[in-house]
Amino acid sequence: MIQLLKLAYRNLGRNRRRSFFSALAMGAALALLLMMASFIKGETGDAIELAIKLQSGHLQVRADSYDEARTSLKWESLIENPDQVAAQIAALGPVAVATPRLYASGFVTTRDESAGVRVVGIDPPSAANAPYRDGMQEGEFLAADDRDGVLIGRALARRLGLSAGDQVSLSVNTSGGEVDEQRFTVRGIFSTGTSGFDGLTVFLPLAKAQTFGRAENHASTILVLLNDTAQTEAVVAALQAPGFQVLTWQDMNELLVQTEELSSSYMVFFYLIVLGVAATVIVNTQIMSVYERTREIGILSAIGMRGRRLMAIFLAESGFLAVGGILIGLVIGGIVIAYFTRYGFPLDVENFGITGMLFADKIYTELTLQDTATLTLLTFVVTLLAGLYPAVVASRMEPVVALRAEK
Amino acid sequence: MEVAKIENVTRVYTVGKVETHALRGVNLVVEGGEFTALVGPSGSGKTTLLQLLGCLDRPTSGRVIINGQDVSQLKRDQRADMRRGTIGFIFQFFALIPTLTAYENIEMPLLLNGHDPAERRARVTELLEAVGLGDRGTSRPDQLSGGQQQRIAIARALAVKPSIILADEPTANLDTPNGQQVMETMTRLNQETGVTFVFATHDPRVIQYARRVVTLQDGLVVEDKQATGGA
Repeated sequence: MIQLLKLAYRNLGRNRRRSFFSALAMGAALALLLMMASFIKGETGDAIELAIKLQSGHLQVRADSYDEARTSLKWESLIENPDQVAAQIAALGPVAVATPRLYASGFVTTRDESAGVRVVGIDPPSAANAPYRDGMQEGEFLAADDRDGVLIGRALARRLGLSAGDQVSLSVNTSGGEVDEQRFTVRGIFSTGTSGFDGLTVFLPLAKAQTFGRAENHASTILVLLNDTAQTEAVVAALQAPGFQVLTWQDMNELLVQTEELSSSYMVFFYLIVLGVAATVIVNTQIMSVYERTREIGILSAIGMRGRRLMAIFLAESGFLAVGGILIGLVIGGIVIAYFTRYGFPLDVENFGITGMLFADKIYTELTLQDTATLTLLTFVVTLLAGLYPAVVASRMEPVVALRAEK
Repeated sequence: MEVAKIENVTRVYTVGKVETHALRGVNLVVEGGEFTALVGPSGSGKTTLLQLLGCLDRPTSGRVIINGQDVSQLKRDQRADMRRGTIGFIFQFFALIPTLTAYENIEMPLLLNGHDPAERRARVTELLEAVGLGDRGTSRPDQLSGGQQQRIAIARALAVKPSIILADEPTANLDTPNGQQVMETMTRLNQETGVTFVFATHDPRVIQYARRVVTLQDGLVVEDKQATGGA
């Protein structure tokens, strides 16, 4: 067996350039697949994490009649005594943070510009606000008793030409259905690195938001962050109570979750297409090799080599090409992925995005061991399969015919 | 002892609608230790007969018996097994595997036959000495002359101690001195080891080495005579 492998290995050395380019084709395909997998993993992994961190939390407890699409501030759609409800939820073991939030739709108007925004009343000291607090770029974060300060995202500030300390006019739909308008000072500007979020969100202290929206002592939701995402279902069960609905991060980010699930199945097709194209190079190389060595096949057959062994030699050659290709692919793919894992791949978020999905401004590739192992194995198997046909052709040659060949 | 027997063998090749009768009912018995030349003009059926004797091909009708076994209807792998242990080949072109050294080329049939490494080493070394190329074991075929390559091919044919060695125009691509050396090597090995040689040729300088000359013409044996070759 070792001698046959040696023979196969030496056969590849006969036309080194051709062997190298064949392996390179498989290597390039593997590198491309690894890059795709790591981009998708980085993107969807980040997107869900982002959505949880910035927008949905792991869970939200809302009044039964709350309709997110309408962002209504009608009292019957809101949670009464939210601080008290939040404190009860926070007492559960797996819960890291539970904080009330009030959502309203509104407009920010400056002298020259205006923009539709989502007004979010937050409890400023809550740990759930860490991503905004950590992303402060100008000015300062809100204090709980701030009565005329708002925080706006960098993307919105840029659009409206605002800096910390500037005055803006904010209008909201109140619980009574009227539109109320007040002047606020831009207390600070934050960036979460997610333009889709930063361009739409205005934060107010919860108390001020309640007053402004005529929703005293009410909140739209209690946002809950858990110590461990895996505990989501257990906590949902514990939070069931009449008059409330509990939504999980999967419910609130349905599109994102579906996209991630779908991506794994359509990516398999993509992988097979890419590998299939590269595999034609292997088929071509090995078929040429079979025809160039027809007489040799006849000689080996004449001295008593069985068809199966001849097939094994050609398959071993494909195996060596696969190993070479895999090494090339891992090196090329590894270098490119390492770069984007560190520095991120810039995404033109202004022109890219899907409603209801948040995308970070940069994708940081993430290559998992499982993806690497799966794709490496897939490349190996596809290369061997590609080598199967030429190997079968070689094994089925009649020695008399093969010996008559010119080469 | 009868090594090979051909009984009323025909071989018809069909290309499209055209049938070519390469052998038209040949009978031949090859005894152990013979040094036999198959002679005749091109197209007389020499190579076809060698291919049938060598289990490389199957007759259209008739029987081919090697070492008492009818091999006429064996399947592809069974024929390969028969060749591996019983038959050695020497071809007109220097049929060595170019990626293997002289040593490895001789070793290949032994490998296929499952001999252990020590046995292989001893046998290959012995054969390299026997064909006068004891110092060229590490050479690749392209580093050897045509005559040397053909002598390595002879050594390879002898490796598994076959019952019969079939040579198709073994000197056709060699100059006179090299051709002579190859024929002398074959003659010597025939005498020393007692292995049967059957070779096809139309070169009178080669025929003179044969102790039996079988003449074919148009797919039939037209003459079968003893000769004084090699004496």
